[in-house]
Amino acid sequence: MTFFAVDALSMEFGGIRAVDCVSFTVEPGEVFTIIGPNGAGKTTIFNLVSRIYDPTDGRLIFLDEDITRLPPHKIAERGIARTFQNIELFEHATVLQNLLLGRHVHKRTLFIEELLFLPKVRRLELKHREAVERVIDFLDLQPHRDSLIVNLPYGVRKVVELARALSTEPKLLLLDEPSSGLNVEETDDMAFWIQDIKELLGITVLMVEHDMRLVSAVSDRVLALDYGRPIAVGTAGEVQADPEVIRAYLGG
Amino acid sequence: MRFVFKTTYQQDLALFRDKFQRDWYLALMACLLVLPMLLPEYLVDFSLVLIFGLCALSLMVLAGFTGLVSLGHAAFLGIGAYAHVYFSQDLGLPWILSVALATGLTAAVGVLVGTPALRMTGIYLTIATLAFALIIQEVFNRWDAVTGGLRGKAVEKPVIFGVALHSDAAFYFLCLAFLVGGLWITRNVLRAPTGRAWVAIRDSEIAAQSMGVNLAVYKTMAFACSAAMTGTAGALFAHQVGFLAPDIFTVLLSIQFLLMVVVGGLGSLHGAIYGAICVALLPVLISEARDRVPDWFGQLFGVFGKSAGLAVAAAVDRFVKQPGLEPGIFGLILVLFILFEPQGIYGRWVKVKLYFSLFPLYKRATFARQKSYMKSERLR
Repeated sequence: MTFFAVDALSMEFGGIRAVDCVSFTVEPGEVFTIIGPNGAGKTTIFNLVSRIYDPTDGRLIFLDEDITRLPPHKIAERGIARTFQNIELFEHATVLQNLLLGRHVHKRTLFIEELLFLPKVRRLELKHREAVERVIDFLDLQPHRDSLIVNLPYGVRKVVELARALSTEPKLLLLDEPSSGLNVEETDDMAFWIQDIKELLGITVLMVEHDMRLVSAVSDRVLALDYGRPIAVGTAGEVQADPEVIRAYLGG
Repeated sequence: MRFVFKTTYQQDLALFRDKFQRDWYLALMACLLVLPMLLPEYLVDFSLVLIFGLCALSLMVLAGFTGLVSLGHAAFLGIGAYAHVYFSQDLGLPWILSVALATGLTAAVGVLVGTPALRMTGIYLTIATLAFALIIQEVFNRWDAVTGGLRGKAVEKPVIFGVALHSDAAFYFLCLAFLVGGLWITRNVLRAPTGRAWVAIRDSEIAAQSMGVNLAVYKTMAFACSAAMTGTAGALFAHQVGFLAPDIFTVLLSIQFLLMVVVGGLGSLHGAIYGAICVALLPVLISEARDRVPDWFGQLFGVFGKSAGLAVAAAVDRFVKQPGLEPGIFGLILVLFILFEPQGIYGRWVKVKLYFSLFPLYKRATFARQKSYMKSERLR
């Protein structure tokens, strides 16, 4: 069975080939990281996987299903959740409301039931709340539960975004630069959490990351990209030692 | 300051924060129930406040919670009003059925308007709804068989289950029941998944769809709900004005609705009601002022001699009788609110409440937002 596979994926913006024939597979239960210099096409791959962009060519396969042409909201239903590099939270809502929206894929109520707030709606809302509280416990967000996002510092927002993605109970978690904008301690926390997500929750992680310390700490396999083309794949150590990768980062 | 100690998740789902808040609302309800006895001469105006409250509520769902600004709500109100009058008087359907059908019809029109609106955002959507409102107004003008065209159409008093509501007080209670029902339903949806999805669309479409929200479905739903509620309000409005003519449902009325939600405070149900009170009662205040203000000025300047007093009174009288005074004041209020209190009356109320509960420790900076230099780039 294929857990998640990207097959000859290409994306062109006008004349620019941002992603050029990229193929890789992610095995269940691993942390797979994509690295590369600025403009290598890492985030574009993420936007392709979460179906915000339409690929020019290639296929995406998740749990033996071709998801290349699914609309974006169906991607979440299939069990793929993502975070954003520059944080896309619902700013005028509380942390709790943000996380509860993560439960949207598990919505089982009809609009007509919600109009009257029938006991069924109440029962399911309490179920959602319990699921969200488990995530809040897991990521230590208790002190911020009722604060509005606009009032939170950047580091906390980053964690809230991770929490919102976890609230969907995904099978595959896409993390777009989880450490960007975080200080050293927050980055260390993030590394622990990613390890816990993999080991305790058993969620497969696909991430884009620049901080090589974090990459080495958590990744099982690393894919290096340059100008939209894969140049190396292997463990963090192997990829860092690869002459192609060194050339891509340092020039020469 | 009162802190609510939460011990169960149920508390976050409750309609009221605690029993104090519930008691306050009950007290308010009691006041509203005895109001007809206290101020019988203003009952017609109070009914209008309640009907406008329903309109403001519906626009709040759309603009305040889903982030889709519409300038076409006067058209929805008109469709609801004409449809109700047509169903109940021309076809002779029972009142309740007629209101239900009018609501359903407006919801359907809402879906029709909302569907192309999915491809538009921000100001373009507003312009599209504006165009829709103009088209509908023209339809009211021309479709003689149903609307009576420019001659207009007289509306009879409501008769519900054989009970004729002839008195103003009875109609006031009817409107009150509808508004309370509307508030309850809106609150229900807002604390359920659909309401959360709407708020999510307002704050970040891209994140909402990544979390599994079908943008097309939820935007259309918001449009339909909002239109439906305005349609219901339209049915009541028909009885309130007693005579329907196409020139009631102009763009100016749509702008007044928008004024209600902005002045009241976008994104709060309280705001919708405050805005409705403000907009519906202001014309009453102005007409009262027209009668009294010149005399006040006359008496004030009377100290400089009788002729000075009379002259000032006459000048003020000429000024307040200018025909454009009312829209002028509305415009001024809107501008002042946007400049000084973008959060509307509700935002100001929250600040005043906090001021007294923290006295003397209140700091103005409490509500100053940190400037965010890292504005997230939108992907589309």
